[in-house]
Amino acid sequence: MAAANIATNLKKSAIAALWLAFLTLPIIVIRVDTVEKTVTWRWMHLVYMLAGSFVLAIAWHFMMDRRDRGVAAHKDEGAESQSKLARWLENPAVARPLMALGLLVAVVFPHVFSMYQTNILISALIYVVLGLGLNITVGLAGLLDLGYVAFYAVGAYAYALLNHHFQLGFWTVLPLGAILGAFFGILLGFPVLRLRGDYLAIVTLGFGQIVRLVLENWNAFSQGPSGISNIARPGLFGVSYTVDQATTYIYYIMLALVILTIFVTARLKDSRIGRAWLALREDEIACQAMGIDNTRAKLMAFALGATLASLMGVVFAAKTTFINPASFTFMESAMILAIVVLGGMGSVLGVMLGAFLLILLPEYMRAFSEYRMLIFGATMILVMVFRPQGLIRAKRKVYKINTEAA
Amino acid sequence: MIGAFMGLIVAGVLTALGLPALSILVIALIIAVLYSAAYGYTVEKIAYKPLRGAPRLAPLISAIGMSILLQNYIMLAQTPDFLPFPRLIPDLEFMAPYENFLATSDLFIIVTSISVMVALTLFIKFTRMGKAMRATAQNRKMAMLVGVNVDQVISMTFIIGSGLAAVGGVLIASHIGQINFAIGFLAGIKAFTAAVLGGIGSIPGAVLGGLVLGWTESFAAGYVSSDYEDVFAFCLLVLILIFRPAGLLGKQRAQKV
Repeated sequence: MAAANIATNLKKSAIAALWLAFLTLPIIVIRVDTVEKTVTWRWMHLVYMLAGSFVLAIAWHFMMDRRDRGVAAHKDEGAESQSKLARWLENPAVARPLMALGLLVAVVFPHVFSMYQTNILISALIYVVLGLGLNITVGLAGLLDLGYVAFYAVGAYAYALLNHHFQLGFWTVLPLGAILGAFFGILLGFPVLRLRGDYLAIVTLGFGQIVRLVLENWNAFSQGPSGISNIARPGLFGVSYTVDQATTYIYYIMLALVILTIFVTARLKDSRIGRAWLALREDEIACQAMGIDNTRAKLMAFALGATLASLMGVVFAAKTTFINPASFTFMESAMILAIVVLGGMGSVLGVMLGAFLLILLPEYMRAFSEYRMLIFGATMILVMVFRPQGLIRAKRKVYKINTEAA
Repeated sequence: MIGAFMGLIVAGVLTALGLPALSILVIALIIAVLYSAAYGYTVEKIAYKPLRGAPRLAPLISAIGMSILLQNYIMLAQTPDFLPFPRLIPDLEFMAPYENFLATSDLFIIVTSISVMVALTLFIKFTRMGKAMRATAQNRKMAMLVGVNVDQVISMTFIIGSGLAAVGGVLIASHIGQINFAIGFLAGIKAFTAAVLGGIGSIPGAVLGGLVLGWTESFAAGYVSSDYEDVFAFCLLVLILIFRPAGLLGKQRAQKV
């Protein structure tokens, strides 16, 4: 039976490969130059496509079979099964030393590795926090926010402009940026309270575009597409330092912020509002019927997510000392979303893992950098189809009632 | 986007073969529509069908993934730059006196869009498939119970929708004269805005929504600033969703649990 199954799978894959090759034929093979009226034929691409899609189709069918069997097995079992990796990480005997080791590596990192590596790690850490922030809105509360990068832009521009016009320092703007971010979060949250699903996604996407377009076109306010340069680095009690030291300094600020964020989001998840978010995600009407204030929960989710994004914006502006609207496109939002989706919606550890994977891998595999967004798109589809819970499944806290003591 | 690129490629090949202009237009349009429809069918099979019955966030995210994937696929396979699009619509002679306010291409676009609208309305209203589509939209489970092949219907909507998008893509590309891999993104959002504006599920509504959106954009660009054209489109969308979520021609329906 297994052999017959494999044979049908192979046949199906071959058909799929032929179909895909047929579909992609004109676009990958023919290239037209309309000015000089010449046509280039690139038949080799078709061969690659055939081979590639055949392999992919086999993998697809194999995974599909596994998924279907998994669903069937799941129904028999009833209980939620956990992956080995997650169970291993759950074990306190493993988790504690691992956490200590991670912290140790993180602390000594800038002294061991070069400034270049530290810089990469800073951006990865920024994305960890951004991912955790979006995780609140998308992962916990289930509100798909496609304009998340707008809040990031708000923070970055808040610092850049306040610094440019009023010479305000990093430490003054950090809390201001957070407040401003929360304000913008609520500003977006109010009109979209009643929306859900596709509508919410499109409106948030539109909001993100509005913010970017305004920044791009309102020259008097934001200096337009040329951006703002010479933004001050964070101050250290008036001590002056070199660029190298500044990187290290920002790295430590970032590390502190990451740890703070992890702590806050992890605690929030099991708090009253965190449980309200989960209920909201599962079923809005039932949630309301249980006496949860939907409006408040939604606004809280938006505001908190936006606050974190805005904080990161301030750090980003201070790190690069130059910002322009090109850093805040929809693709950025999509990337943060990919981080959350790949890592596991709702799981703090998963989002961290997702951020490191999606930011560090392309950084160290420059050869494939052209294909980065292509792979991101494919990742989002594949994760949704085959592993909707992400790399690490979010775990709900289980409260056990001790019946004997009662 | 796929439609426009297909049109460009087919037109390029045919021009190289030396066919007359009008036949190039017709052949390019037909092939673009067929190919786009095939793409729509495949996209549905990969990114939507396996997720039927999954939580509502899942198909949305895979749809975004698919959109990013397709855009980058075109970018890598063709070019990241703007490509000049040939003028496929020839100037007809009897139009010469009116050319100043209505070029042949404008006329062609108007006639094509109106005929597509009429054809679509008739299809949805009077054919078996159209009826099945409306039933599926109202309640998938009930439609299944009364014997509608829901999978087939959904496939069909993707095929038709993608085919129509290709018509729009080819027309707008030959009107504006240049294309790149990202034109579909904004067009997709605006198409959604127009549909929401008019009321989801109503064809006259979508037409009205498209017209209102287009006018708003043009007037805003003309009277305020052309830099903010898209901002106005999005603001309109947000306002509509806040004050009239059912759209201009849609009916407000009470939510049932």
